[in-house]
Amino acid sequence: MLVGVLALQGDVTEHRAALAELGVESRPVRRPEDLSGLDGVVLPGGESTTVSLLLGSSGLAEPLGKELERGLPAFGTCAGMILLASSVSDGRPDQRCYGAVDLAVRRNGYGRQLASFECDLEVPALGSEPVHAVFIRAPLVEGAGDGVEVLATVPAAASSPGQTSDPTPVLCRQGPVLVSAFHPELTDDRRLHRYFVSTIEERGR
Amino acid sequence: MPAVPSPGSGSGADGRLTCMDERVTATTRVKRGLAEMLRGGVIMDVVTAEQARVAEDAGAVAVMALERVPADIRAQGGVARMSDPALIEAIKEAVTIPVMAKARIGHFAEAQVLQALEVDYVDESEVLTPADEAHHIDKWAFQVPFVCGATDLGEALRRISEGAAMIRSKGEAGTGNIVEAVRHLRSILGDIRAVGQADGAERYAWAKRLAAPIDLVTEVAESGRLPVPLFCAGGIATPSDAALVMQLGAEAVFVGSGIFKSEDPARRARAVVEATTHFDDPALVAKVSRGLGAPMAGLETSALEQRLADRGW
Repeated sequence: MLVGVLALQGDVTEHRAALAELGVESRPVRRPEDLSGLDGVVLPGGESTTVSLLLGSSGLAEPLGKELERGLPAFGTCAGMILLASSVSDGRPDQRCYGAVDLAVRRNGYGRQLASFECDLEVPALGSEPVHAVFIRAPLVEGAGDGVEVLATVPAAASSPGQTSDPTPVLCRQGPVLVSAFHPELTDDRRLHRYFVSTIEERGR
Repeated sequence: MPAVPSPGSGSGADGRLTCMDERVTATTRVKRGLAEMLRGGVIMDVVTAEQARVAEDAGAVAVMALERVPADIRAQGGVARMSDPALIEAIKEAVTIPVMAKARIGHFAEAQVLQALEVDYVDESEVLTPADEAHHIDKWAFQVPFVCGATDLGEALRRISEGAAMIRSKGEAGTGNIVEAVRHLRSILGDIRAVGQADGAERYAWAKRLAAPIDLVTEVAESGRLPVPLFCAGGIATPSDAALVMQLGAEAVFVGSGIFKSEDPARRARAVVEATTHFDDPALVAKVSRGLGAPMAGLETSALEQRLADRGW
């Protein structure tokens, strides 16, 4: 199995280390030819505006989009979630999003860095042990399509009493695409990366 | 599209998937985490909201809001202080990327103001005139993360022991001359490699020589890296400068005067961003370096009257 890690900007190292711990070979993806022969792709954390721009200039934007349309399994964390979502608010007007998962996200929706936080999440798909999640200037999921499976949520922000008290999705899956608003690559818990690897295996590409 | 879906099957006892604990903010993990997200990127000094937009358009991962770029501070002299909060607010309004701002070394009250302004990172910077000749800010006392400059491994570890969540080389700001940044990066990374070869007893000698805590020396020896990201600052003026320091082992770059003191800031900014990402692709660095117009003039560091890198203890 060979998994590409989009390496234009962001915490590429942590994702590659996580995959290596699971015995999965990875390849940094910076050019269109780096996409050939991949069984899956990781879109890491970083600044989504920067990555969006570099996708264009590196010539990766279209070929990556085609691979995603063809059903290449993808795992996006934070900025990666934004790039894989179907719509983005509070981003730049020219910001790219692939629509690989039917989510509407608000960039930095939890606030600036001072609001970045850690918490424990209940994720039944990964077992009874909670997942310790690190959110950094994280995107806020404001809407999810019917085809989206929500794997974990956080309670709605207390600062918005007028809004619905429905919990906010933070970990979602649609087909072979997995997205998290938090950074599993920043902790030692490898269950989420293993879950992604198992979706690649299921697909039997 | 519905507002928010109801949770899927397998939900918790109350019928909902939930965040089980309270949210905890301002942890070391989230402070260092933002630095980790900036890796492979370019952080640009800006003095107006308009420049901040140019930086964001060019692909900057963050901007440093300040009143004068280091080249002007150097030329104009006088005491260099924290920026006007109105300027910082205007820059925060102008861009969606993280906004950093500088406080004077030891000036914890300026840092408190910057935290109150909700900047995303505070740079306790030698580019400003130091406020304390013996003490740096106790950065553990803050919720906002800090970046600090260092010229060698001992200085880097002292800043980390005070709570810095990111280290950058000092270089020699405002000169457009990369030589000092290269010296600092080589010193820090070379000593990290050397410490990694030391046995248990020798680590104590290293701690003494570096004037740094033994637990941090041990951590560096065992991991082969700093506990926080190491970025490069001070003197970067061209795409090749960025490619050089990235190949030496910097994880991201700060560009101060180099962009907005050049002839065509928008193009140069974009070129430095591309070169930082594709630092190991000389053909691409060559392509983006073509026809950028004049870089900032630059200064020979051996002729300087004031060395900013000497500030800090």
